[in-house]
Amino acid sequence: MRDHVSRAARTIPPSGIRRFFDLVQTMDDVISLGVGEPDFSTPWKAIDACMVALEQGQTSYTSNRGMPALRERIADDLARDYGLCYDPETEMIITTGVSEGLDIAIRAVTDPGDEVLIAQPSYVSYAPCVTLAGGVPVPVPCLERDRFRLTAGQLMERVTPRTKALVINFPNNPTGAVMTASDLREVADVVEDHDLVLLSDEVYAELSYEQPHVPAATIGALRERTITLNGFSKAYAMTGWRIGYLCAPPALADAALKIHQYVMLCAPSMGQVAALAALRSARAEKDAMVEAYRLRRNLFVEGLNRAGLPCHLPEGAFYAFPSVAPTGLSDVAFAEQLLAEEHVAVVPGSVFGEGGAGHLRCAYAVSREDLVEAVNRIERFVSSLTDRPSQAVGVRQRAT
Amino acid sequence: MDATDTALVRLLEENSRIPATELAAMLSIPAEEVEERIRALQAEGIIRRFTAVVDRARSGEAEVSAIIELKVSPERDHGYDRLAERIARFDEVRSVRLITGTYDLHVLVTGRDMQEIARFVSEHIAPMERIRETATHIIMKSYKENGALMVGRDGGGDRQPFSF
Repeated sequence: MRDHVSRAARTIPPSGIRRFFDLVQTMDDVISLGVGEPDFSTPWKAIDACMVALEQGQTSYTSNRGMPALRERIADDLARDYGLCYDPETEMIITTGVSEGLDIAIRAVTDPGDEVLIAQPSYVSYAPCVTLAGGVPVPVPCLERDRFRLTAGQLMERVTPRTKALVINFPNNPTGAVMTASDLREVADVVEDHDLVLLSDEVYAELSYEQPHVPAATIGALRERTITLNGFSKAYAMTGWRIGYLCAPPALADAALKIHQYVMLCAPSMGQVAALAALRSARAEKDAMVEAYRLRRNLFVEGLNRAGLPCHLPEGAFYAFPSVAPTGLSDVAFAEQLLAEEHVAVVPGSVFGEGGAGHLRCAYAVSREDLVEAVNRIERFVSSLTDRPSQAVGVRQRAT
Repeated sequence: MDATDTALVRLLEENSRIPATELAAMLSIPAEEVEERIRALQAEGIIRRFTAVVDRARSGEAEVSAIIELKVSPERDHGYDRLAERIARFDEVRSVRLITGTYDLHVLVTGRDMQEIARFVSEHIAPMERIRETATHIIMKSYKENGALMVGRDGGGDRQPFSF
């Protein structure tokens, strides 16, 4: 029998941390900082509204673009919060999570052989989505010395005549970095000079702790060439509901809509009902969750630095991205040994692409008690390394 | 109260046993300052006491609570205050509130059993001058106390150990 798996499916890499999963399953006292989702439940008002809608039998498909009332509310909120105006009729699609939004956005702009720049370290799905669309993912490193922000200089080094688009994600998973308006202006110049499309994943927009979030599409003339992606998972603790949204000028939105209507038809209707309720009535709950993340961030980052893992103060999202350089271990070896010896799960930074090596992604969206215990265990592990210099440099092999 | 005090009070309201060192890290101030601020908040009467929320259904201790609603004729010059303060002095009384609506005072009373509560109300509360009417509601089950859910688990569910 011939190999029935497509070349594209064979080409994309499997999850980088399968063996961590397997190891975690054997332990019962693991503190996991490996989870990219809030530890809160969805605000009750959203859940309650969804249950009422279900009881009333609201279980049909919605329009391809999504419920009109939800699109209108999102448009109103974007205009009010950021001065960012999109027409809910022609410039917006409710998607099945930002994951789908990203996929259809990439497919809407990528022709075979097109190069798509990806600011890295980044969320793990960007590059595979580009590959599946027939494009060529090209990483652009965001460096620690730039506080993991994207600079025009780094961007220029990777732009070629084949470059079609740039994918960015700020506030960033995994680094927690944010881009100010002036940082974005620098990037905008390059994007405009080279006539690129900008795909901006802003799912952590509400989790910006030091200054208000700046949507990329509000910078200069970027709006006409930007696809803005956002969703409810992070801000409203709604990961399981799978609701996101895509905003773009009509030509780009229409292209994405064609793909969306064939592959997804519409986003889950009950999730859309809950998302609308969240926007209408759970703002206070959202603000309280954001404040809780900010306080935990302060607690956790102070603890990491005390434990001997240097960590810049992440300005957004709910990830700390400490360096393991002082320990002499690679990020993968550190993460493996930390899990095996202290039962703390973190994600090695190299999983997130160029610029991630030598760091760990630690999600601090866990309880304060768990954060404190995790810091204690990390501190014990780091200080134990200095007592065994011979082991500290080697990468211990583990069955995978 | 400045912004730091406000944040501190919120944290303590949620959990008053968070160590000062952790509060300090969260609020980005020294631990000594946390202690000072808490002392000042207590001295000013903003923080009245530190306490625990207990689920009596689980503790197994016999305790019954009742809500007593009172219609009261207010006093010239004092309104409801003197009577409310007298009621509040009883150890059996957990809370006393002046409310709008059909009744004037809302009183939460605890006792070992229903008889004890009935005796307390009939001997000590109902005979008080100016009380025109009482309505006693025995609490059958508590679902939430002081912001803490008494049923099921709060939040969470089983999360994946890793997700991106």
